[in-house]
Amino acid sequence: MLISGWGRHTRIDADTARPATATAVRALLAARDGALLARGMCRSYGDASLAPRILDMTALDRLIAFDADSGLFECDAGLRLAELLDFCVPRGWWLPVLPGTGAVTVGGAIAADVHGKNHHHVGGFGTAVDALDLVLADGSRLRVSRDAHADLFQATLGGMGLTGVIVAARLRLVPLASPWLEQRVLPAANLDETLALLARHADASYSVAWVDLSRRGAHRARALIMLGEHADTRTSPAPHRRPLTLPVDLPTGVINRATVRAFNALYHWRGAGAATPRTVHYSQYFFPLDALGGWNRLYGRRGFVQHQCVLPFECAPRALAEMIGTLTTGSVPAPLAVLKALGPANDHPLSFPMAGLTFAVDLPMTADTQALCARLDDLVADHGGRLYLAKDASMSALNFRRGYPRWEAFQAVRERYGALTRFASLQSRRLGL
Amino acid sequence: MKHILIVGAGSAIAEACARLWSAEGAALHLVARDPARLAAMADDLALRGAARVSHGVADVARMDDAGDLVDAARAALGGLDLVLVAQGVLPNQRACERDFAQARAAFEVNTLASLAVLTRAAVLFEEQGHGALIVLGSVAGDRGRASNYVYGASKAALEVFASGLRNRLARRGVQVLLVKPGFVDTPMTAAFTKGPLWAQPADIARGILRALETRRDVVYLPAFWRAIMLVIRLLPERVFKRLTL
Repeated sequence: MLISGWGRHTRIDADTARPATATAVRALLAARDGALLARGMCRSYGDASLAPRILDMTALDRLIAFDADSGLFECDAGLRLAELLDFCVPRGWWLPVLPGTGAVTVGGAIAADVHGKNHHHVGGFGTAVDALDLVLADGSRLRVSRDAHADLFQATLGGMGLTGVIVAARLRLVPLASPWLEQRVLPAANLDETLALLARHADASYSVAWVDLSRRGAHRARALIMLGEHADTRTSPAPHRRPLTLPVDLPTGVINRATVRAFNALYHWRGAGAATPRTVHYSQYFFPLDALGGWNRLYGRRGFVQHQCVLPFECAPRALAEMIGTLTTGSVPAPLAVLKALGPANDHPLSFPMAGLTFAVDLPMTADTQALCARLDDLVADHGGRLYLAKDASMSALNFRRGYPRWEAFQAVRERYGALTRFASLQSRRLGL
Repeated sequence: MKHILIVGAGSAIAEACARLWSAEGAALHLVARDPARLAAMADDLALRGAARVSHGVADVARMDDAGDLVDAARAALGGLDLVLVAQGVLPNQRACERDFAQARAAFEVNTLASLAVLTRAAVLFEEQGHGALIVLGSVAGDRGRASNYVYGASKAALEVFASGLRNRLARRGVQVLLVKPGFVDTPMTAAFTKGPLWAQPADIARGILRALETRRDVVYLPAFWRAIMLVIRLLPERVFKRLTL
């Protein structure tokens, strides 16, 4: 079948198997040689989930065990985070790290070591992972954790599925008082103000800045800073909203400078007007884009890329000013940009976060997009930053090695467990892994 | 509390239904071929709230009378209110055109095993004066197309059988619900490229529970397939035979 990443700019024909149990995964690996890749909900934007042979893990989505006293929760790797929350929130438990969509699987969240709007307080998804079960290159099943096969555990968190097939995970949930969040929105007139506000409100549980790149001059990179705190009372059953779904591609070019400017103006006006705190449901707060299923079709058939980097705090202001300058003067419209702080790096060799600011921008695929990304890539590497592999679609092997200096340690673990030739993606081949 | 037998519990649509019934606190008896899968499902459904989950490993195509499953479920659960017949295979149409054994194998699973279960359950529900039978048909059963008429014919037989059963049992208060899903994203269709007409098993399951509640007889799921299939059914055969669908 034809598959693509969330950005939909590259489509390939893949031989796809969809095992329904971990036993079936083992049988598939034992029965056939050659490289393959496990895949979840294909929410990585570039080519990280693309390979000629795919194991579609989404049928492996069962709950395995839950201890209502300790909050230890075990499930199959194909379970989606939104479903995990549907189960644990009514029981008073919470997953402490959530990315921007509930549509990703637990296995995908582990493979990309995803982070949330609270990374600077709690760390990445890996902090919630107690242990995980891998099916290795030879078809054997192994439970790994910080105590058992720690090297493989560390490499698998953020390892983009290149160490083995993640079939199950044991997660450490935390108690939750209410499914509601108190959200506060603060407007910032430009980049300096945005950075100052993010720093001043670093103690907020959740913080993120939504940046408007459609303006030049004095209001260049004006922003809305969105802060969130868990509400402590007021429980109410979760609303069952049927999300709208975009069934077809919009024509290429609907997202252009004019529409982006108009949308941003409206969004900024609405946000800046909502100065008083609002109480919102967690799904609305954490997964705003899930309200429009298939929103990636907005970009039409040519698709789009998301460029996400992290820059160390000390060089971030200068590097960001340069990047934003490049973005606001070029020919590629940038409809959506997000800025937030990240906490320190962890022990996982390919995990993305490191202390600094992460900046993400969506760019429609046009004739100039690849060149623009290459320019941004170099800029990030020159400032000691790196790109998020879950978003990356075109980084060079050289820039990858500059950004992820522990890549050789990662390869050594893969070699130890026979994974080098067994698990591969278009991305891993491009990056020389 | 509902007592429910699911034959073909390994079907993605059946599993999605089982999750919804578990959340309602139902007691379930699952029948499927794969013991590993049954064990995993039983743990999952218990966590989701099922009052109890029992299961039996069986290959319905190899049973002399798959109706025995009805008695086994009733014994395991201490009663029976609902039977979902969901086992099915999608045979390779091209292979079936050359090799009748493959077509027969599909009919054994999709058709004959279903009729066996329905026959036994109908007697039980007729006696007890209540119960519901759910049969998974297919839009493919509405008209024979060159690309999958063997599968379509195996599902079409269920429609007439279910219609007769409904006619016989209506006065006894027994519901017979025939469900005709369109394209559903399941392991059975893993090799197909998915387009805008494709639905998720969970959506189909919600539709089935709604149809059950409103005591429907025949439902297309998602509902837009009713309009599509109306057009396809209305085409005269002399036109239809020339089409490539």
